[in-house]
Amino acid sequence: MRYIHRFREGAPAAGLAQLLRTEVDPAREYHLMEFCGGHTHAIARYGVEDLLPSNIHLVHGPGCPVCVLAVPRLDAAIGLAQQADVTLVSYGDMLRVPASRRRSLLKARAQGADVRMVYSALEALEIAVTHPQRQVVFFAIGFETTTPATAHVLIEARRRGLTNFSVYCNHVVTPAAMQSILDSPEVREWGQVRVDGFIGPSHVSAVIGSRPYEYFAEEYQRPVVIAGFEPLDVLQAVRMLVEQLNTGRVCVENQFTRGVTREGNRRAQNLIAEVLELRPSFEWRGLGKLPYSGLRIKDGYADLDAERRFAMRFEPATENAACQCPAIIRGVKKPTDCTIFATACTPRNPIGSCMVSAEGACAAYYKYRRGTTRVAL
Amino acid sequence: MCLAVPVLVVALHDDQSAEVEIGGVRSRVSIALIERVAIGDYLIVHAGFAIARLDVAEAEKTLALFDEIAAHYRPTDHALHSPLP
Repeated sequence: MRYIHRFREGAPAAGLAQLLRTEVDPAREYHLMEFCGGHTHAIARYGVEDLLPSNIHLVHGPGCPVCVLAVPRLDAAIGLAQQADVTLVSYGDMLRVPASRRRSLLKARAQGADVRMVYSALEALEIAVTHPQRQVVFFAIGFETTTPATAHVLIEARRRGLTNFSVYCNHVVTPAAMQSILDSPEVREWGQVRVDGFIGPSHVSAVIGSRPYEYFAEEYQRPVVIAGFEPLDVLQAVRMLVEQLNTGRVCVENQFTRGVTREGNRRAQNLIAEVLELRPSFEWRGLGKLPYSGLRIKDGYADLDAERRFAMRFEPATENAACQCPAIIRGVKKPTDCTIFATACTPRNPIGSCMVSAEGACAAYYKYRRGTTRVAL
Repeated sequence: MCLAVPVLVVALHDDQSAEVEIGGVRSRVSIALIERVAIGDYLIVHAGFAIARLDVAEAEKTLALFDEIAAHYRPTDHALHSPLP
């Protein structure tokens, strides 16, 4: 595919790296947060960090949907899966995430629970159609990229009159999480985390557009560049942020012009607005309760809401004290700062959620950067 | 989780879905979120749903810029190791 491999070529990457070196101001430090775990992985996989001048620091953000899911909500999903008549369906990332007492959906499945992995939300709907005797619950997670798919299957389930299908909605919204990072004491008071600018996730913006970020740029005086997920996209986005910071300009710019507009995908936004609404407050792992940061199913679709159908309850849970996931999600620590990183906690036997997901920062470090130090350029 | 991939539309079906191809691999994805999809269009697909149309003209513009940079800054043995300015 031309529109993948051409964005991974070495010659332009070397050129961009050279250009960047002439563009940075050696007298200042640049702290840029890549919000999305997809970017964290692209950066680790292609060694983008090693191409950057040493005064550009990339801070890893909380954009990994399975990493930020609060443990009580995962515990509740496991409880649901253990009910005899329930088939719990979710995306593959979710199945290995450790819940409290080292349980996971995969372990629940090994103990006999009917837990299934799907690639598309539509497959969950098909399972409900072909298994009318089962209560099929779609455990929906993700940022704005997966939300329209969930909205679509809710509407489809209603249209087909399915009575054995419901959705356990755990969708979260990106702008709220960004705001919470800028509002957190680590950034505002303690100065532990410095974020001068954001690399924004393009696939989220394919749905919501670039407009929702304009508020930050203005209110918090931080530039945002919406960037693609290929290495050349990330390098170019870093250049665009450096240029804004050097000139003192603060605005939202779009590097991923091939897929993102200011307005986003209106059709997808309308679908979401029809069936989902913001929760006044939603708990995130590592970030705590954030106002208007998660989505729930509207009253008009209450009969398809698993939380209401099964009267789900959420019990407080304790997390492994050694695990630094909450601090890593906030960008306060790097995976290598955690004492159990790559020792007790590995992708085969994860203790924290950041080690599980294909987007978690710990998993990225484990896979691509274990034992390496930054190459001096 | 939020990673999407560009695909080429090779056939359309009645049920709001399309046959798409990426690197010789074909699969069927939902096009319920995109209006007026035609064969030959490029889409950005995530978790079985096309979430955006890939604007080929814009993609080519970005690539042209990268090509220009690559031509201007020919990689040498020292391309990545030249001293900081």
